[in-house]
Amino acid sequence: MSHAVASHPILDPTLAPPFPQAVLPVLRNPQLRKNVSHAIDVIQAKRAKLVAEKKDWQELRSAASAIRAHALENLGAYLEEFETRCTAAGGTVHWAADAADARRIILGLLREENASDVIKIKTMTSAEIQLNPFLEAAGVNVFETDLAEIILQLGDEEPSHIVVPALHINRSQVREIFARRMGLKDLSDDPHALTAAARTYLRQKFLKIPTAISGANFLIAETGGVAVVESEGNGRMCLTLPKTMITLAGIEKVLPRFQDLEVMLQVLARSATGERMNPYNSLWTGVTPGDGPQRFHVVLLDNGRSSILGKPKQRQTLKCIRCAACMNACPVYRQTGGHAYGSVYPGPIGAILTPQLMQMHHAQSLPFASSLCGACYEVCPVKINIPEVLLELRSQVVNQERKDFARFFDPMYLGLRVANLLFGSSRLFHASQRMGRIGLRFFTRKDGWIHSLPSVGGKWTQTRDLRGLPSQTFHEWWAARAAQTSPLSIKEAK
Amino acid sequence: MRASLFITCYNDTLFPETGRAVVSLLERLGVQLDFHPKQTCCGQMHANTGFRGEAFSQAKRLLRLYQDTETVVIPSSSCVAMMRDQYPGLFEELGSESLRSDFAALLPRIFELSEFIVDRLGIEDVGAYFPHKVTYHASCHGLRALHLGDRPYRLLAKVRGLELVPLPNVDRCCGFGGTFSVKNAEVSSAMLAVKLQDVVSTGAEFCTALDNSCLMHLGGAMHRQYAGMKTIHMAEILAATEGSPAEATH
Repeated sequence: MSHAVASHPILDPTLAPPFPQAVLPVLRNPQLRKNVSHAIDVIQAKRAKLVAEKKDWQELRSAASAIRAHALENLGAYLEEFETRCTAAGGTVHWAADAADARRIILGLLREENASDVIKIKTMTSAEIQLNPFLEAAGVNVFETDLAEIILQLGDEEPSHIVVPALHINRSQVREIFARRMGLKDLSDDPHALTAAARTYLRQKFLKIPTAISGANFLIAETGGVAVVESEGNGRMCLTLPKTMITLAGIEKVLPRFQDLEVMLQVLARSATGERMNPYNSLWTGVTPGDGPQRFHVVLLDNGRSSILGKPKQRQTLKCIRCAACMNACPVYRQTGGHAYGSVYPGPIGAILTPQLMQMHHAQSLPFASSLCGACYEVCPVKINIPEVLLELRSQVVNQERKDFARFFDPMYLGLRVANLLFGSSRLFHASQRMGRIGLRFFTRKDGWIHSLPSVGGKWTQTRDLRGLPSQTFHEWWAARAAQTSPLSIKEAK
Repeated sequence: MRASLFITCYNDTLFPETGRAVVSLLERLGVQLDFHPKQTCCGQMHANTGFRGEAFSQAKRLLRLYQDTETVVIPSSSCVAMMRDQYPGLFEELGSESLRSDFAALLPRIFELSEFIVDRLGIEDVGAYFPHKVTYHASCHGLRALHLGDRPYRLLAKVRGLELVPLPNVDRCCGFGGTFSVKNAEVSSAMLAVKLQDVVSTGAEFCTALDNSCLMHLGGAMHRQYAGMKTIHMAEILAATEGSPAEATH
């Protein structure tokens, strides 16, 4: 029995179908939608409770936002500082311009280690560069150690959320995957039984495999240190047992000072998982003789980030600390889950980050995948004004598409151009209202409502009726009333 | 007090009863209302769909029409949000210094209807009578862009005969989002279905809001699904009295 959801979601923005098409298999999958809405409702409620108990939440948000903005404004200097400190502490820093570069560097490091197997701490950045399939193809066996990542890896699934990547899979589906892939026929779907199965599976990997890959929540310029937060302790295992650690981090992850963690760890835990503090906060700096990995590499990934940095309106996108509060709050994500975004980064942050990482060559439908309700901005712990960036990207997409002659007669484009013409003159606007009243009469039923419209209007009437146009517009009523009560008509009435 | 009514393009065309209610309500409260006959649209649809140049030309047109107006009152929270959140950026990017400064001078004189009544007129009891069970949909723009807060609730609390039923998940979007409702019609409809469930669960006779765009969306689904419930703009509730009940109750 297969529980494959959304038949083979493609998380490669260069190949994924546009959002309005990609949502269709999800919207027809009631189990998947139930899994997603249930899971995010639980996280949302936890977050709301823990944010409410923090009386200085807005001040914390402002501080977090300021720290991230400052780091980005001085990113070059802080990255160099990080490199200097990390190197001094025994680490090696590598710079990767793009995904292919990063993959090549990591594979090279694994070759140096003669590593045929590698264990991984959950890292969405590695999914961004599609590291696992690349390493597997090169003959390296990759083993995820985060529970959700194990579920995805064994179930041949794709992540649908950046904090809870297997959020779309419920526990009876997890049971099925584990039973099938671990050969445990009698496994129950009791959470304790499932985690026990994962633990048994993992212990063998931890004890056998001496090479590990991680991501980073933060890089600390002042110390050259790396911070990873997690809930399970499997990351901590990867940081203590292996001999070699390779950390992959986006260049935007840097914080100026160690002290900044005081603010960042508070807002991150509360926003991400609705906890006062993450159960495991691992911080390490270079190499410590006799303790933990003795060879340590950091791969700093650009992959489109520096092009975002150069655009003042869009730069705020890089403040993101990957807490996923925006996707948990998003009414669109609540319906669609993550796969429809065609990227490892779904939800509102994905809708702005993915097209920008693609330098606006792909994922152009994503900035439109939002009702602009503003819930994302309200919860964002680093105050990224996501609706503002969405609008900026929408206008860039429209400017691109307008150059395409085939779009000239696209009903949406035609409609908006005509509407602009009409709104430019009240005379034309009023004439169009009168014409619309006549034209729509044909579609208006006896009950005074329109049940079906052609073209773009049909997109509305597929689930909604539209009240027929009233016989008098407001301005006509106003003019008629003014005529009645004008001094002239009063005089005549006398 | 004088105020000029910007009715908005879609209220003018689709919901003239809202405009008539605003007139009777505000005149009852002693406001001398003007109506600029050349008004059309604020440009929100174009701005939100990425047509920035078009949005700018409409913003410029609106500013030139209203720049000498004492006070502008608008019964649509999303159009007010358009002006507050997007006009400054549009004028900054595409406009001249005179547009920027003229708009900066006009902005504090632009009011959403509930802001105008509560903040500008200083009134909470507008003398309305509406003997019905009502739930209030706090539209996203009213809630998160304008921060209307408890103003709408304070106004509704003083309406005689009105029983207010709280709406579960009141901060959740109805899925309209302007052209989003047709560009992403399937997702929009899925969001609408969830919202409608919450709205219907209140058992109210009417769902009200300060924005007819959400109400057009919700009302369209109510009609399609025979929900036995109607939508009504809050202006129509506040305008209603014993002597002249709201048109929607006829």
